[in-house]
Amino acid sequence: MRRTGSWLWLVLLALVLLAALPLAVSGYILGVLTLAYYFGVFSMAWDLLFGFAGEVNFGPTFLIGLGAYAAGLLNTAGWPIPLCILAGALAAVLGGVLLALPALRLRGPYFGLITLVAVLLLQQAIVIFAGVTGGEIGLTIPDVISVDAGVNYWIALGFMAISGFLLFGLARSPVGLILQASGQDAVEAAALGFNVTKHKLAAFCISALFSGLAGALLVFYLGTASVGTVVDIAVGVQVIIAAVLGGRRTIVGAAIGAIFLIIAAEALRPLGQLSTLVVSAVALLAILFLPDGVVGYLLHRGRTP
Amino acid sequence: MFTLQILVDGFAISALYGLGAIGFTLIFGVSGVLNLAHGGIMVVSGVAAWAVAGDLHAGPYLGALAGVAAGVLTAFATYGLVVRPIQRSRAIPRDETEIFVLTGTLLWGIMLQVAIAYLFSDNPVTVQPLIGGVVQVFGVRTPRNELLIAVISWVSIGLLWLLVNRTRAGRTLLAASINPRALTLLGFELSRIYLLVWAIYGVLAALAGVLLASFLGTSSANIGQLTASAFSIVVLGGLGSVSGSLIAAYVVGYLETITAYTVSPTLRTIPALLLLVLVVYLRPQGLLGRR
Repeated sequence: MRRTGSWLWLVLLALVLLAALPLAVSGYILGVLTLAYYFGVFSMAWDLLFGFAGEVNFGPTFLIGLGAYAAGLLNTAGWPIPLCILAGALAAVLGGVLLALPALRLRGPYFGLITLVAVLLLQQAIVIFAGVTGGEIGLTIPDVISVDAGVNYWIALGFMAISGFLLFGLARSPVGLILQASGQDAVEAAALGFNVTKHKLAAFCISALFSGLAGALLVFYLGTASVGTVVDIAVGVQVIIAAVLGGRRTIVGAAIGAIFLIIAAEALRPLGQLSTLVVSAVALLAILFLPDGVVGYLLHRGRTP
Repeated sequence: MFTLQILVDGFAISALYGLGAIGFTLIFGVSGVLNLAHGGIMVVSGVAAWAVAGDLHAGPYLGALAGVAAGVLTAFATYGLVVRPIQRSRAIPRDETEIFVLTGTLLWGIMLQVAIAYLFSDNPVTVQPLIGGVVQVFGVRTPRNELLIAVISWVSIGLLWLLVNRTRAGRTLLAASINPRALTLLGFELSRIYLLVWAIYGVLAALAGVLLASFLGTSSANIGQLTASAFSIVVLGGLGSVSGSLIAAYVVGYLETITAYTVSPTLRTIPALLLLVLVVYLRPQGLLGRR
């Protein structure tokens, strides 16, 4: 327990330092970090589903995209921003329930495939209804939350911090333990008297809620929603890589992994196309030699000799 | 006339889908690996065939040969550099090997995609067909190459059937898919069987990649799409079932061709995706799958 305590202080200190950042650095760096924080929430939400409920969701962007596009479309129709964000979250939760239905019947690769197909179908739907959604070019949103880089940065940081604490608390709570048990051995968990279905459904809804919220907020930060930024499978892969890189079952690791990935991609930008190659290779090496992720490694180092 | 056109066109593309998907399902059946770098291997062989045939002026035959060789090498690299280390790693819990193999091969596929795009750009390239010209099939003008593709695909599938059912090596493969532990107890080296199955897989995927490149063209941007379609065909047919994959390949191939001809080419993948969702909901083991 003391271990958790010292980690908490470390995280708080890091948050305070990060919150003070707009006083010191340029708007460009703030912009990169803002994006990274939203990605952090994507990854943490994915980690809750995979690391704790044991569901391999290859389509996190299905939930993110639903939230982003629902919010964007309603804003185009004239709804105010807060309502749009709520509606986006709601749309993502509905999508989460839709995904949970097969997940409760299917295991492993079958469920993974369904999530992949869900993303492809969403992508096709967006392209087909290009008249409404802007198709492949993207949807331009009339409103943005703020034009000030600092304000956007604080909103993203605050959102990531709150989401992180909530998800982390949930993962460490009895509910999180039951989820972990159902993910590892559903039959045994059910035999112990836990309602596996209810808990998994809840995990999907919570993961979807945070994905959708983050997707909607991201849209109002970027001022546009496009397949390439919130729906494409490549974006989903990045979310997954971030969580694995940082450490599965840690929540915090997912956020750290996402921030690292976004910053690394930005720092390697001079390499052009090769930057993706380098990032993928690093992630692959991490999977091979550090399968618990960076945070997982640090946590386990003390426990096993 | 119109129906005939669909029948003839759909036949070749379906045969090609079948060829591409069989290796995928074989690997899963024998070693339990879902290789998400599948599309990457197909495109590597297609682009290699194009580069050797065109840039080096080696002609279509040498080009195709080089393409297949490149594909087999990439398949071995996938096994040796990604899949095998993950399977052997002590740090990865047994019950999580599957997700690590999926993530690892996915990353490897992305690396292949970026490497090809960097070396050859992601512009679509078309490999020169092995034979040119057009013939009439049931009154439908069909490129000779399309016929050749169907023939090569079915001959390869036939050879694979012979290999698996009529040779000693093939039967050990079959046995490995049913009970690998018993096979090791009988003194067979599992790692050699895996090498063999990856070699067969490499040839099948590479052949499909080269033929596809001569038919529809190939591009590093298609890698994800190719993997997804092989994956869906294999799940539709039933994971690990070769005959199921062939039937599913024809269902998907014709469904796509019919949609492309009667509705719109831009919608060609959608009915197959919807069918897949439906099948997975109602019959998760696929058409001919075992659980």
